[in-house]
Amino acid sequence: MTDKTDKPTAPAGPVTHVAPSPHVGDRSMTTRRMMTDVLIALALPTIAAAIVFRQHLLWQLLGCVGAAAVTEALFAAARRKPWSITDGSAVVTGVILALSLPWSCPWYVTGIAAVVAVVLGKMIFGGLGQNIFNPAMVGRAFVMIGFVGAMGAKAYVTSDPAIDVLTQATPMTVWGSEEFPRLGALFWGNTNGSLGETSAIACLIGGLFLCIRRTAAWQIPAGVLLSASVIASVVDLSSGETMDVLKHLFGGALLFGAFFIATDPVTSPLTPKGKFIFGLGIGSLVMLLRLLSNYPEGVMFAVLLMNGLVPLINRWTIPTPVGGPVPVRKT
Amino acid sequence: MTVAAEGTAKLPAFQRGVHPPQGKVFSADMPIKSLPAPPQVFMAMLQHTGAPCEPTVKSKDEVALGDVVGDCDAFVSAPVHASISGTAAMASVATLPNGRHVRTVPIKANGEQRTGEAMIDDVLGGEWSTRGIDAIDPDQIVTATRDAGLVGLGGAAFPTHVKLTRNEKTPIDTLLVNGCECEPYLTADYRLMLEYPAPVLAGALLAAKAVGARDVLIAVEDNKPMAIDTLRRAVRGGEVRIVEMKTKYPMGGEKQTILSALGRRVPTGGLPLDIGVVVVNVGTAAALARAVLRGKPLTHRVVTVTGPGIHQPKNLLVPIGTPYRALIDFCDGLTESAGRIIAGGPMMGFTLANLDVPVTKGTSGVVVLTGREVRQAGETQCVRCGRCADVCPLNLVATKIALAARSKDWLLAKRYHMAACMECGCCAYACPAKIPLVQLIRMGKVQMPRE
Ligand code: SF4
Ligand code: SF4
Repeated sequence: MTDKTDKPTAPAGPVTHVAPSPHVGDRSMTTRRMMTDVLIALALPTIAAAIVFRQHLLWQLLGCVGAAAVTEALFAAARRKPWSITDGSAVVTGVILALSLPWSCPWYVTGIAAVVAVVLGKMIFGGLGQNIFNPAMVGRAFVMIGFVGAMGAKAYVTSDPAIDVLTQATPMTVWGSEEFPRLGALFWGNTNGSLGETSAIACLIGGLFLCIRRTAAWQIPAGVLLSASVIASVVDLSSGETMDVLKHLFGGALLFGAFFIATDPVTSPLTPKGKFIFGLGIGSLVMLLRLLSNYPEGVMFAVLLMNGLVPLINRWTIPTPVGGPVPVRKT
Repeated sequence: MTVAAEGTAKLPAFQRGVHPPQGKVFSADMPIKSLPAPPQVFMAMLQHTGAPCEPTVKSKDEVALGDVVGDCDAFVSAPVHASISGTAAMASVATLPNGRHVRTVPIKANGEQRTGEAMIDDVLGGEWSTRGIDAIDPDQIVTATRDAGLVGLGGAAFPTHVKLTRNEKTPIDTLLVNGCECEPYLTADYRLMLEYPAPVLAGALLAAKAVGARDVLIAVEDNKPMAIDTLRRAVRGGEVRIVEMKTKYPMGGEKQTILSALGRRVPTGGLPLDIGVVVVNVGTAAALARAVLRGKPLTHRVVTVTGPGIHQPKNLLVPIGTPYRALIDFCDGLTESAGRIIAGGPMMGFTLANLDVPVTKGTSGVVVLTGREVRQAGETQCVRCGRCADVCPLNLVATKIALAARSKDWLLAKRYHMAACMECGCCAYACPAKIPLVQLIRMGKVQMPRE
C-alpha cells in the first residue's frame, strides 16, 4: 500500500497529501540504521581480529564482503530489481561470514561461502526478511561440509612463526588439556580461532552497544549466556573443575554467536518471550555439541537448528492480548 | 465519597507504547479565543457513534443558536443543535474527514451573533457551583445530557447519555475524567483544564452522581504540570482526585488510562463499564456541566489549530459546523512548507482532503505538518525485528496481523487476535521498515468476512 499522493487541496501554495494515520513515524530507526548499527558494533571484533591476524583478516573481509555484494548485484540485475545493497544486509552478511572463517581459508572457499550465503541463505527465499536461516551461517555450513580440510581444526594452525598465536591450536580443540589458553588471553583475544571470535571483550562491548541501541534484542544473548552458563556450571560441579563456566563463555564463538549471529532479527522470533526461548535453545545446543559431539564448537549448527524452529516458537509464543482473547461472538 | 488523596506518587504506566515528539509548544501557551461566527455553518447529522439524525428544520426556517436542527429516536444517538443563529438551507451531503458521507444542514448566519468574550463566558466562564449537585436526580442529569446532544469530545464521539445511564447489571464505582491528551500537538484539553477547571470539576461530579460512582478522578499526563496544579488547587477539600500519569502514547486511550490509573483491565471486546468504570473526556465533562447547570446544548467546542504548517497556532472555541477553512484562515493560514492537514492528532487523526467540510463534535484539533515531518512512505521488507510487538499497548504482534491481512489469510489474522487491535498506530510509528501496519490491519478488519 502506498500513499495516495494526489489531490493538492490547500488554497493556493502548499501542496498537501492524503494518507492514513499515523502521520508521523519514528525516524530514529530504519532498516538501514539497524544495519549501520550492526556494522559499527562489528568494528570492535574486527579491530581485535586485525590486531591478532593482521593481513589475513583484511583478505577474508575483502573477499567475503566483495563476493556478497557482487552476488547481490548480479541477482538483483537478473531479477530486474534495484540493487538492494543500500539496505546494508549483504555487507553485514559478508562481515559476519568473514569473522566466522579461519584465517587461512583459501580464496575460493571464501568466495563460495559468500556466494552461497547470499544466494541460498537469502535470495532464493525472496530476499531480506524472507529467509529462514542466518545467511552467513548457511554459507559457512556449506563450505564446512564441502571443504572439510579448509575449515577443520588444522586450518587454523601453522608453523609459520610470523604471527605467534597461529602456532597454537584453537582453544575448543584442546579443551581440558595443558594447551588451553589462560582466561586472560581468551578475554583480550590473544588466541587462535575464527577471525572474529577470539576477543571476548570486543564481542561483549559491541554486543552491549547493539542491545542498548535496541538493534539487537537483549533477550537473545541473555538466553544464550544463561543456558550455557547453567549447563557449564552443572558440568563444573560434577567434574570438580573450576572456572569452566568462564572458559565456556569466553572461549570459542559463543559470545560472537550470541551477540552478532543469533540476534539477526530476520531469523529469530518476534516476541520478547520467543526471543528468550530461542536464546536458551542456542545456548543449550552449543553446550550439547561442545560436550558430546565430535565437533569442538557448535555455535553454527545451534543457530541453524534454532532458526529452523523459529516458526514453531512464534506459534507457541503468540501473546494473549491485554484484556484477554477476543471473545467468540455468539450468534 | 472518598476524600481527596494528597498522594503525588506517579502511577505505573501501562506497558509498551511509544514516545512521539510532543509538539505541544506550538499552541500550549495560547489562551482559548473565540472564533467569530462564520457566515455559514454545516450541521452534520451524524457526528457521533450511533444512529444518524434526521433534519428537524426545513429550508428557509429561521433557527436560533441552540435550536435543535436534527434528532433521532434511537437510544444510541444524540441530537444536533444550531451553533449560530440564521436561516437553514436545503440539506446536502458532505464527506467528513473519517470518510463517512453524512447529510448536513447548512445554516446561513443572520442577524446578531454572540461571539468573542461573551461566547466564552457563556460556554466556560462564570460561576460553576458544585453545591447542590448531590441533590440532583441522576435521571435528570441523563435527560439533560441527551437533550444537549452531548457526545464524547475526546474523539470517539460516543453519545454521553448512554454511558451515564445506570444499569442494574453493571454497577459503576469509578468515574474517570480523561485529561491525558496523549496525541502530540493537541492542547485543547490542556487549555481547558488550565483556564477553566471549574466546569470540568462540576461536570465530573455530575457524571459521578449520574452513574453512582463513589470514586471520582481526573487523570492528567505529567507533561502538563500546570494543569495538574490548577486542578489540585481547584479541588482542594473536594471529593475529586487528580492523578498524575506518565507521559506516553496512547495514555489517553481509555483502556490504557484505566489500566494505568486503576490497575484494571478492560476485557477485550468489552467496555469500561464491564469493570465498573465510566470514562469521560475533560471537554465532555465541561459540556456536561453546561448542559445540566445552565441548560445549554453542545454548540461549541475547543479546537487546537496548530503545527509547524500553521502561521499562528491557536486554541479556539469554535461553533460546531464551522468549515475547517475558517479555522485555518483565522490562524493566518498555512505556511509554504505545509505538507499535510490532519483533523485530530498526528497518531490517529484523518487527513483533510477538503477544507470545506465542517468541524464536528469529535474534532479535537487541526494539525498541519510539514512535508518533512510526515511519516515517509518508502516501505521496505519486514525484517521481523519484533519492534511492532515491543510497542503494542495491547500486546499484539502487528506484523503477523498486518501481513495476514495483506494476504487475506483470515485464519492467521484471527490466531493473532486481529479483532483486539484498537488501531492506535504505535506499531506503524515504530516500524523501521515503514510498513503501514495499522493501515493494513484497519483494512483487514473491514475486509474480513463475518462468520
Ligand atoms: S516493526 Fe516492522 S520490520 Fe519489525 S517486525 Fe514489525 S513489521 Fe516487521
Ligand atoms: S494499532 Fe493495533 S496492533 Fe498496532 S500497536 Fe495499536 S493496538 Fe497494537
